[in-house]
Parts: sequence; structure tokens; C-alpha cells
Amino acid sequence: MNTTSPAIELKGISKAFGPVQANKDISIRVMPGTIHGIIGENGAGKSTLMSILYGFYKADKGEIFISGTKAEIPDSQAAISAGIGMVFQHFKLVENFTVLENIILGAEGGWSLTTSLAKARKSLIELAAEYELNIDPEALIEEIGVGMQQRVEILKALYRQADILILDEPTGVLTPPEADQLFRILGRLREEGKTIILITHKLREIMDITDTVSVMRRGEMTATVKTADTSPEELAELMVGRKVLLRVDKAPAKPGKVVLDIQNLRVVDEQGVERLKGIDLQVRAGEVVGIAGVAGNGQSELLEVLGGYADGKGTVLLNGEPIDLTGKNSDGQSRRARGIAHVPEDRQREGLIMDFMAWENTAFGYHHDDAYRAGILMDNAAIRQDTEEKMERFDVRPPDPRLSAKNFSGGNQQKIVLAREIERNPDLLLIGQPTRGVDIGAIEFIHQKIVALRDQGKAILLVSVELEEILALSDRVAVMFDGHIMGERMPNDTDEKELGLLMAGVGS
Amino acid sequence: MDVMPKWAEVILVPLISLLLAAFLSALIILAIGEDPIAAAKLMFEGAVGSVRGWGYTLYYATNFMFTGLAVSVAFHARMFNIGGEGQAVLGGLGVALVCLYVPWPHWSIALVAATAMAAAFGAFWAAIPAYLQAKRGSHIVITTIMFNYIAAAVLIYLLNEFLKPAGAADPSSARFAAHLDLPTLNSVLNGMGIKASKDDSVNVTFLIAIASCVAVWVLMWKTRLGYEIRAFGHSGSAARYAGINPTKIIMVSMIISGALAGMMGINVVMGEAERLVLNSVEGAGFIGIAVALMGRNHPFGVFLAAILFGFLYQGGAELDFWTSIPRELIVVIQALVILFTGALDHMVRMPLERVFLAFRKGGV
Amino acid sequence: MDYMTLLQVLDTTVRLAIPLLLACLAGLFSERAGIFDIGLEGKMLAAAFLSAAVAATSGSVWVGLLAGIGASVALSLIHGLASITFRGNQLISGVAINFLAAGMTVLIAQSWFQQGGRTPSLTGAARFNPLTLPFADSISEVPVIGPAYSELISGHALVVYIAFAIVPLSWWVLYRTRFGLRLRAVGENPAAVDTAGISVVGLRYAAVIICGVLCGIAGAYLSTALQAGFIKDMSAGRGFIALAALIFAKWRPWHAMYACLLFGLFQALELRPDIIERLIGIRVQSQLLSALPYIMTVVILAGLGGKAIPPRAGGEPYVKER
Repeated sequence: MNTTSPAIELKGISKAFGPVQANKDISIRVMPGTIHGIIGENGAGKSTLMSILYGFYKADKGEIFISGTKAEIPDSQAAISAGIGMVFQHFKLVENFTVLENIILGAEGGWSLTTSLAKARKSLIELAAEYELNIDPEALIEEIGVGMQQRVEILKALYRQADILILDEPTGVLTPPEADQLFRILGRLREEGKTIILITHKLREIMDITDTVSVMRRGEMTATVKTADTSPEELAELMVGRKVLLRVDKAPAKPGKVVLDIQNLRVVDEQGVERLKGIDLQVRAGEVVGIAGVAGNGQSELLEVLGGYADGKGTVLLNGEPIDLTGKNSDGQSRRARGIAHVPEDRQREGLIMDFMAWENTAFGYHHDDAYRAGILMDNAAIRQDTEEKMERFDVRPPDPRLSAKNFSGGNQQKIVLAREIERNPDLLLIGQPTRGVDIGAIEFIHQKIVALRDQGKAILLVSVELEEILALSDRVAVMFDGHIMGERMPNDTDEKELGLLMAGVGS
Repeated sequence: MDVMPKWAEVILVPLISLLLAAFLSALIILAIGEDPIAAAKLMFEGAVGSVRGWGYTLYYATNFMFTGLAVSVAFHARMFNIGGEGQAVLGGLGVALVCLYVPWPHWSIALVAATAMAAAFGAFWAAIPAYLQAKRGSHIVITTIMFNYIAAAVLIYLLNEFLKPAGAADPSSARFAAHLDLPTLNSVLNGMGIKASKDDSVNVTFLIAIASCVAVWVLMWKTRLGYEIRAFGHSGSAARYAGINPTKIIMVSMIISGALAGMMGINVVMGEAERLVLNSVEGAGFIGIAVALMGRNHPFGVFLAAILFGFLYQGGAELDFWTSIPRELIVVIQALVILFTGALDHMVRMPLERVFLAFRKGGV
Repeated sequence: MDYMTLLQVLDTTVRLAIPLLLACLAGLFSERAGIFDIGLEGKMLAAAFLSAAVAATSGSVWVGLLAGIGASVALSLIHGLASITFRGNQLISGVAINFLAAGMTVLIAQSWFQQGGRTPSLTGAARFNPLTLPFADSISEVPVIGPAYSELISGHALVVYIAFAIVPLSWWVLYRTRFGLRLRAVGENPAAVDTAGISVVGLRYAAVIICGVLCGIAGAYLSTALQAGFIKDMSAGRGFIALAALIFAKWRPWHAMYACLLFGLFQALELRPDIIERLIGIRVQSQLLSALPYIMTVVILAGLGGKAIPPRAGGEPYVKER
């Protein structure tokens, strides 16, 4: 029998946020010196579970054991004392502090900052040597890249002598080479006897690095298996609860004339950083062009400038006619008038007003439309009528135009946006992260709607960080890295590995 | 998720806040050695117990409707306009200039011009901070506070240097021509055959205030501009996506806000004092904040809250006159209302939400 | 302008800058921790009243000072309750506190002293009296330095010297101690502080209490050192000028002192319009001078003089993200 007790054992953890049950009776054992993966879809409850372990939330029910002893973790301080460190998906760093200041924050070891900083500088050098985590201690966080910032988060945990390290979706913002480097570091930590919990929704990462893996679905733990004994297909099925359609059924595209013609497009953001560095891209009628890339490489700016809310330089032709990239006629209203519809990447911050009712959201961006006006006033009754019809066609539940947007599920919110944008019969549809935070059923529906629109001969520009989605939907794939288009591929002639290299900026 | 039904949101929450404020005020009155029940009685008798009392209550309410609407229109665009006081000062100045320097044949024509001037002056005073917010990112709360002080300095300067009749000691302008007096509502009522005493307080401006409530309601919920203002106020990022111009919304909402605050000047300058005096605004700009919060930014709510504050104001004046409780009690009540309906909203709301949640779970 | 007049103006500048400086540093601690505070004015006013009232009753300015600090801290705690515990709107809470102070001071003053909302005049030990520094008399005859020492540096109330000492102290606390690091961090990214196992709520309450203490001293100075007693609304917008100075200083202690001295100079000149007339040959309206700090603030806020970037988490209540 194995006499060592698990590094971590959770027994019967439950947690609800209001009416939403995020974790339901979850139990899990993680042996010391292993890498344990937790996989599940967005919203499956992985992050909640780990935040409970880190004392960020309090569980409604359940027990936690650290190295065989029952532990109370009411706050993060207790978790840190118990030897747990966590690297959150969104880093918890003070942007205008130095690396060193961030590392000592909360673990200063004395009231005098001068002394603490000197001491920390010394141990940082030792840690860096031990785990090959080189970093400039005096650099400001806002001046270093995300890969480095993540390194700071890992060092923060190690500086607090964490034996157990939790990483929440650590590769979401990394390029494939950066991710490989992270995995080498994690391997190194495992050799040193650290226990690592890796939360991810990417099957490849689980297969590559973990020793054991737990699968979560809708707040429940569905299985825990040895990684060596399973396959990606089996895990995928456990994750979603049935066979997934990785391919969308669609006929070959029949591309027509060029609808969108982008020539040498540049965008400089408010901080003066050039985010698009000369983009050339064409989208034809009747095709879906997918933009692949790690988040933050200019895809958002591309959608923003085309959608009319960022200024750009260069030439963009729509059906052969230029569109304004700056000035009065470059706003969202002008874009809509020209036949450009836009499903934005973030429906909660951009696509919808969460406090507005569904019918008010249906007019959003089109509120100057003649169909929605009665003299100088808005024709609210007509908008409500229109909303009711749209809700029926897009199977929005509940079909109540007077319900606030915030009271719909993610999938139904996205359908409200989609109905508004698609049914305008646009020449060009810009669509970003169409299925982020959307349940499986709605994903299929949304994918079918996109393909149907393509088959009507519309041009579609799709941005997604989900490579699978890009490959499933696109008729042509363009890869963006650091504000450039690294190359274009046909989905049938490429694979995730080649695209991954392009996404990392390794040119063809 | 919405936990509470709408009626609880719009009626119960403000009502509980008001009761809390009233309860604390009662404690304060007790603490300074007076009888809160007697004080409340006195306030009721003084404010709504006679036609004269009603006249003053509604006169004050007129002011608060304008300033309350002003604050609420800005709130809808997520602008906190603390500058109602200064905008009202400027509005009053506009009214005085119109009435002093143009020989109007009749009060009604003068009223139209005075309204336009009051709105224009108030709007101008709000437009500068709005422009700085929209174009330079200068925080509108700080700039509007500064503009209150600058307006006060401008008023003193103009009264002393230009508007004061030669030889007068008071820093106030000459009286307007007698035929420019606005008819009080009493005379209007008498004209309609309803018997009312001839008291000089609530005047036709009250009707303009009610019309403004209706106009703001139509604007906010029935027009595209109002839709854009509300959308911008709820989510600046979404408004940007929809092609709603933030500069335009900030400017327009603040200009409307300033114009409404400025229109208060008609009531106090043309309706009551019939000349420009130093302290005509008397904090009404600030009371607008309490009125807007209490009225949940809805014109009908503002209408009711303005009458409530009109009652408090007139009642407070009675207290000041008959007891040792100074007028400042009203400032305290106003502070408590702002505290409970604004800043401590969650404190009032959280236990209520829990009740409704339990009710819902038990019920379904 | 002769040298003595200059010294007199500077002396007045110092006296008038002190309440601004204390309130400004008060705001600095609060805003650096991410809690906006437009209630400085009210806290100062409440402290001015209670310190004068208690000093008048007890005969001791020190007891008065403590009472004043108590009043100011009590209002700070209300602000903390609203903006930290109940995550309310910090600006609205500040407005409420200003009115609460404006109303309560007169209400209590009237019921306590029956002098129309004033306190009795303070004399003797009930006031902070001017201190004469060592050798002030003996070297006053030395040219240039002598008068500067005896007129400008010597002869202020103790609070004045304390206020100037708080400037380097604040700098040291903010930039050289663990508490300062955490305070600055919680104003920039409270989630970083929370996940590091430090209480965001505790830090922010500590900040608003420090703010209350400093505002309390500022208020006590107004009624027991600058003036001899409380009168209605005696803070007269100083809390807002301090706020302006804080923005001008971009939330840094030494710069806060320079800004407050500058605004103090404007107020000093407002009292001496004759000097300006002699200097520039035009009679400037005193109203214009009194409006000058406000106009300056607007000009600064308009970004003419470098962009002022407030602490990033300022004004936003901290809610753990889901």
C-alpha cells in the first residue's frame, strides 16, 4: 500500500453563487510530486474549485486536507501558510510596481521596506538559479511581457515557499513556444518535489504534461484517471458528456467577388503602441475567413477598426469603395449603414447593455433605423414586436422581450446579439469569439447560423482564439502575430502544429 | 440577476431609506432637547396645513424639480453634476439681465425670454466642465465643484460692480418692472373659480417645472437621444461599439442638465425676489442630488421627491421660526437621504434582497 | 515691495497653507488606498467645530484637538462603511458627509452655546498660541536672515511645525515601509493585495482613519490656531482646494506641500490686494483672487501642466471577480 498521504485532498466540496451551483460535491486527491490536470469547459467550475482551495472563496460544504491533516482555509493568508501558491488566469500584479515589489507584497518579513527588498533580491537570485527563472527584479510589471509576468507570479509563490502550485489556464495568453517553456519549468518544479495542479480546457496540455487528470462538467467531477491510461477522445467525451462535433457540416465554399479588401492597415492605440502593423487581407462573398492567433496580437484591434471604434491608417475597401478609417464617418453607425454587421468579442461589455431589456438591446446600434421610429420619437412598440419575432427565430429562451439582458444565459445573450446583427442582411459580418462562454447546444446553433449566412453569399470575418473553432468554420485561415498576418492557409492543408508555429511568430 | 421585483426597487428601497433618515433626524431632535413629534406636527401644519404653507412648499418644490431633474439627466449619462448650484446662479443672472435691460410689454413674453436665457446661461456653465471631461478627461465632479465657487465669485463681482444701483448698500440689482411679476398660482386658481388666498409664493414657474418633468420623461424613454444617453451611461464600451459618440453624449447631457438647473433662476429671481440677490439659490442645487437619488432618476420620482423636500424646506423654516431648532436640520436630513439612498444603498438593499430571495425559494 | 512686506505675505501664506496641507495629505492617504474622498471639507468643518467647542468648555486646546480628531474620524468611518463595507459610491458618500457636517455643526453649536451657530471666543490655553523659537529675538537684528527667522520661521502655532513634519513622514511611510507598500498596492490593484493574503478592507479602513486624523488636525487648526473659535461654514471650501492641490501634486507628498503653499499664497494675496496693485499696477478684484485657486484647479485638470493619473483602483469598490 502507498503510505504517503495525498498532498491535497478535497472531500465533498460544494459552492453556490446565488442560484448558480458552481461546485457540486467534489472530491479529489493529488499525490505529492505530481502534476495533476483539471480539465473542463468554460464555466465547468474549475476555477471556482481552485479559488476555494486558495481561500479566495469559502466553500458552502466540504473538507480540505493538506498532507493528510484537515485544514481550514478561510482566506488566502491561510492557504499561503499551508504552502499553497496560485497563479491566476488574470495575473494579480501591481502594474506600476517593480518585479521585486510585487514578489514581496504580503511577505515582506518586517516593517522596513529597504531591508525587505534587499533580502528578497538575494533570495530571488537563488530561486532564479534553482528553477531557471531568470528575471530583472527592478523592471516594472507594465514594461515586461505576459510570459515574464507569469514568471513573476510563479516566483511569488516560490518566494512564499509554496509546495503546492495551482495554475489556472496558464497558457491562454502564451504563444506555443512560451507555453513549452512554461511546461519545462513545471517539469523542473515536479523534479524538485513540488505538487502542481494545472487547470486548463486544452486537451493537448493535459496529455503532454500531467500525471493524473480530473474531468469536470457543469460543477461536477465526472472522472479522475491516470493520463497514461486515457486518450484525448475519451477526455473530450467526459468533458462535454457526449460525442463532440469537431467538424461543422458544410458544403465547400463558393467564393465570389471581393467584399472586404484591406491594404496596409495600421492601428496605433491610445498609449501610442502600434497594434496593427500593416495588414493585407481579402474576404470574398460566400466565404468565412478565420483569424487565428493568441489573444492580444492585434485581432481585437482589427475588429475594432473595421467595426468603427478605433482609428486606423491605410486603405479598406468595401465592395470596391473605400471606408473612412478616421473622422466623423468612421463610427459604428456609418459602418452599419454601409452593410457591415459586427458581433463583438465581448458581448457583456460591448454587444449588449446588460441593464437594458432584450427589446432595447435589439435596437442597439440600429436605433436610428427608420423601421424603429415614429416621427421624432422611437417606435418602442415596433421594436418590441421585432424582438419577439427574432427571439422566436433564434430560439432565445425565455422569449420575453422585457427581460433584462443580464437575466439571460450566455448562449441566449449571444443569440440576441447574433439575431440583431445577422438579420440585417449585411454584406460583411465581423464576428469575434462567437461561442465564448456559450453552452454546447448554442454553439452548434451559432455555427450553423454562420455557415448559413456564408451560403447566402455573405462575407464573414471570424476571429477566435479557439483553434478548433477556426479550423471547423473557416474556408481560409489567416494567422496573426504581433500585429502582422504571418500567413494564410487552407484548413485542409494545415494542422494545429503548423498554425501554432505561425501563431508564435515563427514564419514560413 | 434581478433579485427584487421592480416595485420593491422603486418604492420600497427609497421608502426605507427615507424612514431611516427620518428616524435618525428624530433622534437628533431629541438629543438637542426638543420633541420630535411636536416638531413633526409643526412641520406638517406649517408646510401643508394651510394654503399659504402649500404655496411655499410648492414654491420650493419648483426649485428642487429643476435641480433634481438636472442631476438625474446627468446621472443617466453617468455624469455626477455637483455643479447645479453654480448653474442655477448663472441661470438667475440670465433672468435678471433679460428683465432689467429689455423693456418687455408683458410678463408672458418676458417669461419666454427669461426661460431661454436661464437655460442658456445654466447650459453654458455646465458646458465648460462637460467639454473638459469629454476632451481632456478632467473629472467632472471636481470641475463642477470648482465652477460653483467661480460662479459665486462672478455673481458677487457683477452685483457689486455693475448691477447694484448707484448708492445702494446691498449687493443686489434694481427691482424689475412691476408688470413683469409672474402671476402666482393662487391668482390662476382664482381665475378658474377656485377660491385661494392671494399669497406670493408658488407661481407659474411650477407649471414649467411639471412640463419639464414630462419633457425629460419623453426625452429619456421615447427619443433616440435619450436612448443613447442611457446606453452610454450604462456602458461606455458598449456605446462605443454601437457608434454612439461619447463627446456628444457628455456635452448634450450636461447641457440639458445645466439648462434645467439654470431654469430654477426663473422661479427665484423673476417669480419671488423680482430682482437679483446674492443668495437666491440657497443650496437648491445640492438638494437636487438628494432629490434625484430619492426619485431614482425618474422624472415622476423626482417630482414626488421634490415635493417632499419642498415640504421639508418649508417645514424647516417653520421650525426655525417657532422653536430653537435651526434651519440646518434640513441640511442634516438632506445629508442622511443622500447617504442612505446613494452611498449606503447596498446596506438598505442587502437585507431586503435576502428577504426576497428566501421568499422566492420558499414560494416556488 | 519691501522685504518686510514680502515676509508678511509669506508668513500669511504659511498660516493659510497649513489647513490645506493637512487636508491634502489626508486625501493623499485615502486616495492612494483607492478611496476617493470629496468629504475632506466636511471632516475639517466637523473637527473645527468640535475642537473649538471642547476647547472652550474644557479650557484645554489639547483636549479640543482630540475631540476634533474624534469627530473627523467618526465621519471617516461613515465614509468607510459606505465605500468599503457596503461598496457604495464614494463621491456620493463624500457629498453626504459634507452636508452632514455643515448641518450638524450648526445644529449642535446652536443647542450647545446659543450664539447663532458659533462657539465662544477662545483665549489662553484653549488656543494654539504662537511659539517663539529659540534666538528669534536675539538674531532678529541680523540683516536678511534675522527677520526671516523671527518673522517667517518663528512665531507659528505648534500645529504648523507638526504639519510640515508630517510631509517627510508621509513620504517615508509611503515609500519606505511595509504599510506604505501595501497601501499603494491596494490603490492600484486590490486583487493583488487580496491574493497575497492581506486584508483589502483592513488596509482601506486604516487609510480612511489616517485621513480622518489628519483632517481632524486641519480642522482644529482652523478654529483654535488660525481663528479663535468656530463660526458657521468656516472651512470655506478649503477641503476642495486641498483636493485640487492633491491632483496638482499628482498624489505625492512633497509636491502636495508645494501645491498647498502656492494656493496658500493666493489666499494671502487675496487679503492684500494693495500689494498686487503695486506690483502690476492694476487693481484686481478680490473676488477674482478668491476664485483663483478654483480657476487654477480647472486649468490643471484640463491637463495644462502634465496629465494627472489617479491611483488606478481609485473610486471603485473592491469586489472579488468571479
